[in-house]
Amino acid sequence: MLSPNLSAIFYLISGVLFILALRGLSSPETSRQGNFFGIIGMAIAVTVTFLLIGNFSSGFVVVLIFLLIGGLIGAFIAYKIPMTAMPELVAGFHSLVGLAAVFVAIAAFLNPEAFNLGSPGNIKLGSLIEMSIGAAVGAITFSGSIIAFLKLQGIMSGSPITFKGQHPLNALILISIIVVTYLLCSTQSPNLFWILLAISFLIGFLLIIPIGGADMPVVISMLNSYSGWAAAGIGFTLENTALIITGALVGSSGAILSYIMCKGMNRSFFNVILGGFGATEQSSLQQNKEQRPVKSGNADDAAFLMKNASSVIIVPGYGMAVAQAQHALREMVDTLKKNDIKVSYAIHPVAGRMPGHMNVLLAEANVPYDEVFELEEINNDFANADVAFVIGANDVTNPVAKTDPQSPIYGMPVLDVEKCKSVLFVKRSLSPGYAGIDNDLFYKENTLMLFADAKKMTEDITKNL
Amino acid sequence: MEIDPFIFRLSIFILSIFIGYYVVWSVTPSLHTPLMSVTNAISSVIIVGAIIAGLAGNSDTIFNTSSIFGFLAISLAAINIFGGFLVTQRMLSMYKKKKKDK
Repeated sequence: MLSPNLSAIFYLISGVLFILALRGLSSPETSRQGNFFGIIGMAIAVTVTFLLIGNFSSGFVVVLIFLLIGGLIGAFIAYKIPMTAMPELVAGFHSLVGLAAVFVAIAAFLNPEAFNLGSPGNIKLGSLIEMSIGAAVGAITFSGSIIAFLKLQGIMSGSPITFKGQHPLNALILISIIVVTYLLCSTQSPNLFWILLAISFLIGFLLIIPIGGADMPVVISMLNSYSGWAAAGIGFTLENTALIITGALVGSSGAILSYIMCKGMNRSFFNVILGGFGATEQSSLQQNKEQRPVKSGNADDAAFLMKNASSVIIVPGYGMAVAQAQHALREMVDTLKKNDIKVSYAIHPVAGRMPGHMNVLLAEANVPYDEVFELEEINNDFANADVAFVIGANDVTNPVAKTDPQSPIYGMPVLDVEKCKSVLFVKRSLSPGYAGIDNDLFYKENTLMLFADAKKMTEDITKNL
Repeated sequence: MEIDPFIFRLSIFILSIFIGYYVVWSVTPSLHTPLMSVTNAISSVIIVGAIIAGLAGNSDTIFNTSSIFGFLAISLAAINIFGGFLVTQRMLSMYKKKKKDK
């Protein structure tokens, strides 16, 4: 049996290894080593826990069985999941962390002796507060992630669900969570503990349903952050350094990602959280819709334009993920490169449904990461490029964000696609994008619209090159 | 008067938030998806608490309400640990540099 002091040192070592795991992600070369550090850290934490308890009786076998079941399911999912489903997977994983935190909190509440927290009905006050916070945040993470998962999976409509009195209701529930926590800590009543869990689950659902599909990058990052804070809350209860360090890391990681995503849309965090974006503008726009001429072309025209270009910039968006066009796109680019045309990719921070979504899809299609650029790196290059190929992106290219202060997306950083000599825009129809506003780019003199499914169009262009 | 150990844990927590802040800002944006999946995996170190709960019973009462929640939490966290690390590894193995030959 390991002494508590020695095991605390080992927990610290796992915490440090987790920091190194994140540090590795600063570049793709060091990232694989970082992931390996993370695995070692986890192995140490689990092994040390077994040695610390030193109970290798029949209960140990049951623990191993449950560990194995979970491990097999996890490994199976990890190998089977298509890369396009990564946002759903991450949302699903967040919900599991949340639920695990809730279960651990319940276990600790029912059997506090096992955790050295006092006895049932007489749990140490500090531990009870930490436990309640961990359980409540865990429950919110769980139910919120379930909704995010359903929306991303398309089981639930991606459009915002709003109703009258939504915000006052949410505020009321949030206040009651604080009140119930206070009462729970002063009375230690198990009933209040269950009520706390129930209303926390409820608020998780209610907080996410008004948020629309394209705001999912913020939601996923936010839930990522919550799962960290839940883990940290439980870490305080268990007095476990590895859990406290990890919770803090994950919590701040998610918060930073949410910030980056909000900044990519030029919207405040609260504006996103309050939801309903895009739902109202769409209806008002229908009335004053004027017919403006657009130029549309076919694969042949597009191939002709690109063949005569010397540099092409590809702008992928969520539509590319939906059409699963990344492989077809890379084949097209390969053909272009054979003709000595310089090709690079421009990624907007909020392209896709989660941070880094486009990068993963392009990596899957064997696009080298040094051809893929972020907005700030590449935005000045559009003026010198011959062709911009916009595939599945819309709002992130809309010049209105720079010119029209009335527009809902005014001030949002956009890719300067219109500065290219010519723009090829692959889209299924002229319908406005998520923000519900018309894209001025459609009507520009140098824009050629390619009305088709992204994958099919890309394949056709390749044939014509 | 002695300092409550809670204060030390709070110090670790606050300092870790700062470490997290600086470390995550240095993550390259192209790896933000792997960042999310790996943070998922490491936050499942909550399995430590689940194991304590699962092993709390004696040989007569392996299964009581508390330990059952512990066992379930072990499975949930294990899905995340294995799933999270493996899917991260799968993603990271796809990030390749441009080949030298042309």
